[in-house]
Amino acid sequence: MVEVKPNHLIKVKRNQVFAFTMLSLAAALTVLILLAIVIYVMSQGLSVISMEFLLDSPKSMGAEGGIYPAIVGTIYLVGLVILIAAPIGVGTAIYLNEYMPDGRFKSVLRFATELLAAIPSIVHGMFGFLFFVIALGDYTGGWSILSGALTGVVMILPIIIRASEEALRSVSNNLKEGSLALGTTRWYTIKKIVLPLAIPGITTSIILAIGRVIGETAAFLLTLGGSLLLATTVFDGARTLALHLYLVAMETGNTEMAFGTGAVLIVLILIINLAATGLFKLLVRRFSA
Amino acid sequence: MKFQKEKNNKSNIEEGIVKVILFIMALSSVISLGLITFFVFNEGLPFMINYGITDFIFGTTWNPTDQVYGIFPMIVGSVIVTVLAMLIGAPIGIAVAVYLVEIAPRRVAKIVKPAIQLLEGIPSVVIGLFGMVVIIDLLRRISRGPLSEYLPAGYQTGYSVLAGVLILAIMILPTIISISADSIRAVPQEYKEGSYAMGATKWQTIFRVVVPAAKSGILAAVILGVGRAIGETMAIIMVVGNSVQIPIPGWETLFAPVRTLTGNIALEMGYAGPEHRQALFATGIILFIFIIIINSLTLLLRRRRT
Repeated sequence: MVEVKPNHLIKVKRNQVFAFTMLSLAAALTVLILLAIVIYVMSQGLSVISMEFLLDSPKSMGAEGGIYPAIVGTIYLVGLVILIAAPIGVGTAIYLNEYMPDGRFKSVLRFATELLAAIPSIVHGMFGFLFFVIALGDYTGGWSILSGALTGVVMILPIIIRASEEALRSVSNNLKEGSLALGTTRWYTIKKIVLPLAIPGITTSIILAIGRVIGETAAFLLTLGGSLLLATTVFDGARTLALHLYLVAMETGNTEMAFGTGAVLIVLILIINLAATGLFKLLVRRFSA
Repeated sequence: MKFQKEKNNKSNIEEGIVKVILFIMALSSVISLGLITFFVFNEGLPFMINYGITDFIFGTTWNPTDQVYGIFPMIVGSVIVTVLAMLIGAPIGIAVAVYLVEIAPRRVAKIVKPAIQLLEGIPSVVIGLFGMVVIIDLLRRISRGPLSEYLPAGYQTGYSVLAGVLILAIMILPTIISISADSIRAVPQEYKEGSYAMGATKWQTIFRVVVPAAKSGILAAVILGVGRAIGETMAIIMVVGNSVQIPIPGWETLFAPVRTLTGNIALEMGYAGPEHRQALFATGIILFIFIIIINSLTLLLRRRRT
């Protein structure tokens, strides 16, 4: 019989209280760091933001004036990336999940996707620079929105593939088998049964991918050209808001203007995060009804 | 009946076409990966071999104007910043994951989870800008004030290893938290019940049963965090000073300005001549190899688990 000393129990209890306090402090610290960053950037940046700031062209390398070309550049780039990456990513997920038998080739594809996701964005940028900007320069316009977008596509494909696969996997097999048992083709079942049920998850993944493109800088530093002029076609050079922030902060040293751009970025990311969760709930209600 | 047959044919053709298209799409990630590997190695490897692999990796001078390309200081910079950031970020991240899954009341978790998601979404340049203004200012005051007697002049700007470490520790938190939380959540309920049945307290159960059971997932989270940290570029450039030098060993290292591998590429690619550019791609190869090693480790871990 092991004798338990009363002191021991008190010590155990005290350890638990201490440990739980430390863990809660770690969580509190994380939230505080987030708040500190968001509040600081907003408080520094909001005073800069005005209609002129949003709708004027930059002057003296962005140290004065507005950010209109960067806003337009961001919209062009995000639009083009999603237009190309969403169908390919969702298509890949459908093929992997619905058509491809398990086996070596499938694990190779999965591993390639994972490795693609792990490659640092600056390496994506180097590749984009060499391939899209230089090798295919005659077709992409060199440093251009198109070169940046194609680089961005390679970068976010893994995100869309992985999230779409998860969404497709969550559709119950019974529904699929029921539909196939009625004599429909596989594609018909996917179109009518699987995709509608997976749409909320797929949409969320695409919205989060938009956030990733908006926040990315390293890959676009080497492919977009960083032009301050207003882009009119996808063959023009451009800069995104994030790239603009970086170039203004590092090249002009005007942190006030950089904070203005930072505040706009944070508002965008907030909207995107809210939209992702909100839209998910809305679509779930709509498609499962 | 004839109509029926035609319709079947049509849908079979559609089925076939769709299958082919989807198959081609599915190859996209392999093709991209192949192209990236080919282009980066094709541009960097011949240079690296010509220049001498050991001279390139262990050379301590980087001076493109004189065709001297040694990246050892950048390797040291990347490794120091990454290791120290992990020492701070990993324990905090794992602690938050344990808190979220095992302890947090539902209402608190409802605040913490979106906060972590938001932190993950904040562009790295915004975090870098925050560091460049707030953290650099703080460190500059410390290094020019109480520590000014002990630090060389070049170490007093605030742009330093420590600034990079703090920024990186913040940036890897979401990765470590979300992956460790998944693996902690996956620990079977029976393990915990067994532990409670033995009279263990909640903390004893977490510390002795849940965390050990989730060990390989937590390790994977840390390894992915390392990958994320070593690949981070923009925020790091904004706070570490970017001077190519190997820091003085000792606590002074914390205040030394350094340059990372990623920083080297991002800062110089814009104006590099042909040979210089090849040297930068060779830098990319070193980074690439780091990432492949790190990812193979996670793959091994997963094999062992199943």
